[in-house]
Amino acid sequence: MIDYHFDWSVITRNWDKLTDALLLGLLLAVISLAIGCIIGLLSAYARLSTKKWLSLPAWAYVEFIRCTPLLLLIFFLYFGLPEFNITFLNKFESFVLSLSLYAGAYMSEVFRSGLSSIPKQYVEAAKAIGLRPWQRQVYVVLPVMFRITLPAVSNNLISLFKDTSLAAAIAVPELTFVARQINANTFRVMEVWLTASALYLATAYIIALLLRQVERRYASIR
Amino acid sequence: MTEQPLLQATNVRKHFGAIEVLKGIDLTVQQGQVVSLIGASGSGKTTFLRCVNLLEEHDGGEILLDGDPIGYRMIGGKRKRLNETMVSAQRARIGMVFQQFNLFPHLTAAENVMLGLTKVLGKNHAEAKDIAGHWLARVGLGERRDHYPYQLSGGQQQRVAIARAVAMQPRLLLFDEVTSALDPELVAEVLSVMQALAESGMTMLLVSHEMLFVRDVSHHVLFLDQGRVAQAGPPTEVFDNPQSERLRSFLGRFHGIFGR
Repeated sequence: MIDYHFDWSVITRNWDKLTDALLLGLLLAVISLAIGCIIGLLSAYARLSTKKWLSLPAWAYVEFIRCTPLLLLIFFLYFGLPEFNITFLNKFESFVLSLSLYAGAYMSEVFRSGLSSIPKQYVEAAKAIGLRPWQRQVYVVLPVMFRITLPAVSNNLISLFKDTSLAAAIAVPELTFVARQINANTFRVMEVWLTASALYLATAYIIALLLRQVERRYASIR
Repeated sequence: MTEQPLLQATNVRKHFGAIEVLKGIDLTVQQGQVVSLIGASGSGKTTFLRCVNLLEEHDGGEILLDGDPIGYRMIGGKRKRLNETMVSAQRARIGMVFQQFNLFPHLTAAENVMLGLTKVLGKNHAEAKDIAGHWLARVGLGERRDHYPYQLSGGQQQRVAIARAVAMQPRLLLFDEVTSALDPELVAEVLSVMQALAESGMTMLLVSHEMLFVRDVSHHVLFLDQGRVAQAGPPTEVFDNPQSERLRSFLGRFHGIFGR
């Protein structure tokens, strides 16, 4: 360790590979978050429903995902589904599906608490001006809910971005996977892992800063 | 016989669990009238008001708006509850102003007024904006149209809420203790807006503890006591000639105000 001599040329030679891999991870996170938000919203409404046939499956889904490791879900969907002759997913799609289901469960909890914390009086005001039930949701409940939950949604996005590193386990060429590959070929362990960490850190931090701007823009409204 | 009343309630009853909060309320509001409900808290005033625009569902009796039963339709002699979309259409004909203002926190003053105009009445954006501007100016907030609720005082928020309700051109406006949550120095600005509305011929049904105001603007006053109308009549009669000990003692609490 003390005799370790840093040679950063390995990084400059592989810079394009690393940044491409980083962007791929970011893309996977954004797509999964988008799908996860939709799943989360639907399952949050389902969980809040008075109909047992809606609330029970949604509850089971959220608890199952929250209480099992993400890596297991990734393995199950990638290696397990083909056993049941479900083979139409390539590794990218399979990973996006895993991460979306995972994100969906966490978003479901965020949205559920957001929806239940909306003061009843806003809904009554919406009723009083004659808005129909779906209009009350679209124009009053959801906009208020998104503003309330924005900080939690931001946290989840950063978390999900870091979780894309798990895609390395099924050979999706994102940053962790590519870093390990370069490592294996060059044995420049420190340079590669330090660079990969710095790239994760910088990206996550930039995301956090951008989201804080968004939060500031909307937080003033509450 | 006079023309058909704008609002006619007959024997309206309402339970919350085992507790009967409305024990048969009768009330008539003619077009252009201001009718006020007074009474101690728990007497059923607010519950009755909320039954009129179906924020609560009455479980007995009948409330007619322009002759149409609120919340129900008669099919083959049986009461059938209207679906939510039809209920929404009925609510659009009745405006309501709440004790806590209930402005939409994510919308500016103007957008609060415009939401119902565009989404319920189907007006286009420009037209809705004009109407909102007009009514915000009428309540003295023309300059504050682009402010968000949190940037407005309680009195200003309540005036926006009144503009939001009136802009829909409802047949009837309901006011539910709209000054109770305000600091005393902000009460007057809201009452003067309401007074101007009353003078312009708006039909209003209000629940209020502002006895002087009630006596001033009302055509008709009802004193509710334990879910019943204990006394009803023109304000002079109700205030100057209380028939029951309960009304006398209720009005007695406002003794200082009436100065006698």
